[in-house]
Amino acid sequence: MIPAAKRDNSLKIQVLAGGISHERDISLKSGRRVADALTEMGATVVIREPDEHLFQNLAADKPDVVWLCLHGASGEDGALRDILALSGVPFVGATGEAARLAWDKSIAKILVGRAGILTPPSVTLPRETFRELNPESVLAHVTSSLAFPVVVKPARSGSAQGVTVVHSADQLSKAMIDAYVYCDVAIIEKFVDGVELAISVINEGAGPMALPAVEIESTTGQFGYQERIVAGEVNYYVPARIDAHVADKAAQLAIAAHEELGLRHLSRIDLIVDAQGTPWFLEANVLPGLTETSLLPQAIVATGASLGQVYHGLAVAALHGRG
Amino acid sequence: MAEQTPHGENFDHWLDAYAARANTLSVSEVRALFAVVSRPEVVSLAGGMPYVKALPKELLESAYDSLMDSRGDLALQYGGGQGDLALREQIRELMALEGIASSVEDIVITTGSQQGLDLLGGLFLDAGDVVLAEAPSYVGALGIFRHYEAHVEHVHTDNDGMDPVALQAAIDDLKSQGRRIKFLYLVPNFGNPSGVTLTEQRRHQIVEICKREHILILEDNPYGLLYFGEKPPNAMRSFESDTVIYLGSFSKILAPGLRVGYVLAPPAIRDKLVLANESAILSPSSFSQMLISEYLSKADWQNQIDIYRGVYRERRDAALAAMAEYLPHLETTRPDGGFYLWVTLPKGIDSKAMLPLAVKELVAYTPGTAFFANGTGQQNLRISFCYPTPENINVGIKRLASVINLQTELIETFGKH
Repeated sequence: MIPAAKRDNSLKIQVLAGGISHERDISLKSGRRVADALTEMGATVVIREPDEHLFQNLAADKPDVVWLCLHGASGEDGALRDILALSGVPFVGATGEAARLAWDKSIAKILVGRAGILTPPSVTLPRETFRELNPESVLAHVTSSLAFPVVVKPARSGSAQGVTVVHSADQLSKAMIDAYVYCDVAIIEKFVDGVELAISVINEGAGPMALPAVEIESTTGQFGYQERIVAGEVNYYVPARIDAHVADKAAQLAIAAHEELGLRHLSRIDLIVDAQGTPWFLEANVLPGLTETSLLPQAIVATGASLGQVYHGLAVAALHGRG
Repeated sequence: MAEQTPHGENFDHWLDAYAARANTLSVSEVRALFAVVSRPEVVSLAGGMPYVKALPKELLESAYDSLMDSRGDLALQYGGGQGDLALREQIRELMALEGIASSVEDIVITTGSQQGLDLLGGLFLDAGDVVLAEAPSYVGALGIFRHYEAHVEHVHTDNDGMDPVALQAAIDDLKSQGRRIKFLYLVPNFGNPSGVTLTEQRRHQIVEICKREHILILEDNPYGLLYFGEKPPNAMRSFESDTVIYLGSFSKILAPGLRVGYVLAPPAIRDKLVLANESAILSPSSFSQMLISEYLSKADWQNQIDIYRGVYRERRDAALAAMAEYLPHLETTRPDGGFYLWVTLPKGIDSKAMLPLAVKELVAYTPGTAFFANGTGQQNLRISFCYPTPENINVGIKRLASVINLQTELIETFGKH
């Protein structure tokens, strides 16, 4: 259970949201939601953009804690986190180093794989690869090893942008181009058929805790950004409609991946449970969406806790260097 | 966690309660990307926002003062469903500039011409009815037609506007299939998104066809007064009053924030429009209408339109010069007014798929797919030159060129698809 928190009028929190990324819109919505929830808990909250006035704003606001709500590269690639750490301001979320490693899906897969966590086999292909090697033969070779269907995705991007499930060789070129539009590195991953889950993990200082799994059901068979934002093309269920012991295994995987990647106060681990009930790690979200319809807040609500209670608890953990 | 029951609940607790037509409301996947255009680092060639900085605010301030002194209580009150009579008189004079003779009785004021289109959709369109439209056509109109579950059939359009021969062929084909065609929707002057203007000869041919085939023409004309050189031909409504419903707007010649547009319709349709307007919103904003009315009576509004023309002409020139400098091999329309260039990309490039790359390079545009109801338009994009400064237009198109080159390289690597 998430322990109840008290209203706290003393905490000054700066929420950083916006940024120049494909997920700016989601970030702004996340920022406003987090700010509202923290304000309800009595904190003094100001929302700022990570722009040329960053240091000026930090000096003026003198926040006790920065609550990062920046999705995409500006918030998740670790750079801003390193800058905040150098400035000596505590912040909610993973350290710069951990974020940098987890934000790159290809690296995250290597790290969790080394820790014995199952993740679908994949090949990582930087765009430059194809300057020297013949694209057709490389792709033919890769797909003959992985066998269709495969998932093509950018190594660094969020919200399922640039993700395509590819069923045959003739769809592969377009999928590669769509992935490279977002990032210079693409991953071709073996598609695992099963139930897609998103498990949020939070740590308020007493150790990581998995929130109820959210099940993502595609009504079109695709799992891209388009499907996620068009009403009716994806249904979300919380808790996921899976057996309790499978949910347990999935939660253990999520906690293990969160710890292995060092994601501190919060993360969302995306995984898939195959027909045998085995969960597979797909990717970690260093800063998952926090909008009114995002999966982490929905999972918090499903536990009966309030968003303010949890967000405030995470801020306190960051302030005291816990988590 | 272990004790969770396997009976998940859908996030949207009202999923089972929506009307079926709610499914016609869809979010464009490029919409989220447009959030970045509010950052000053990004040059937005995407939105069609009028450059209202070119409107001296004193003009509206003095209109406001005068309104409050003379009719303040009325301006703050509900009004009639047809709209303010004084403003309708002035709209009549405004339309006369495009050759239209009309009665104030046949003018209905709406909350932007977009609401006029919506009212007409509600009055005429049943599910499955056909609307004929230019190829490409205005995205806001397509959204309304989709919401009323109409089928949009695009008709071949070239640099002279919609092709009457193709129009007749489309009508014949649809009628042979037993389809019911309700509207021909056109933006005949400096069209959105194409920038092209329908020639005078074609206007007559199209009206003749529609009269004969009993199809209502929706003549949507927000840009007609924003010409850079020659005035465009007179409106179709100027020579045909029974087949043409004319829509106008103050959004481009004054300011879109006031949300005032108007519809000129044949009397029987006008009666139904007034009822529909009252049912939807009781009355359009009295305040906005009366403010515009004061502005039109006190300010030199014709001079203001001249100022707008000058601003947009300079920006059109900057856009065309930048296209010639950085993307000389691409085909683009050369509009004589309005806000937009319509660009055709090299074969194989998908403008929608390329947009994230453009945003990464700090430039935004509108993909061509937004302007087609049939999923085509990938090879086109719309450049809006109305809002950014000429210098920023140059920077934006330079960035766009590097994005197109990068995308071309990718396509060459992986082959055309």
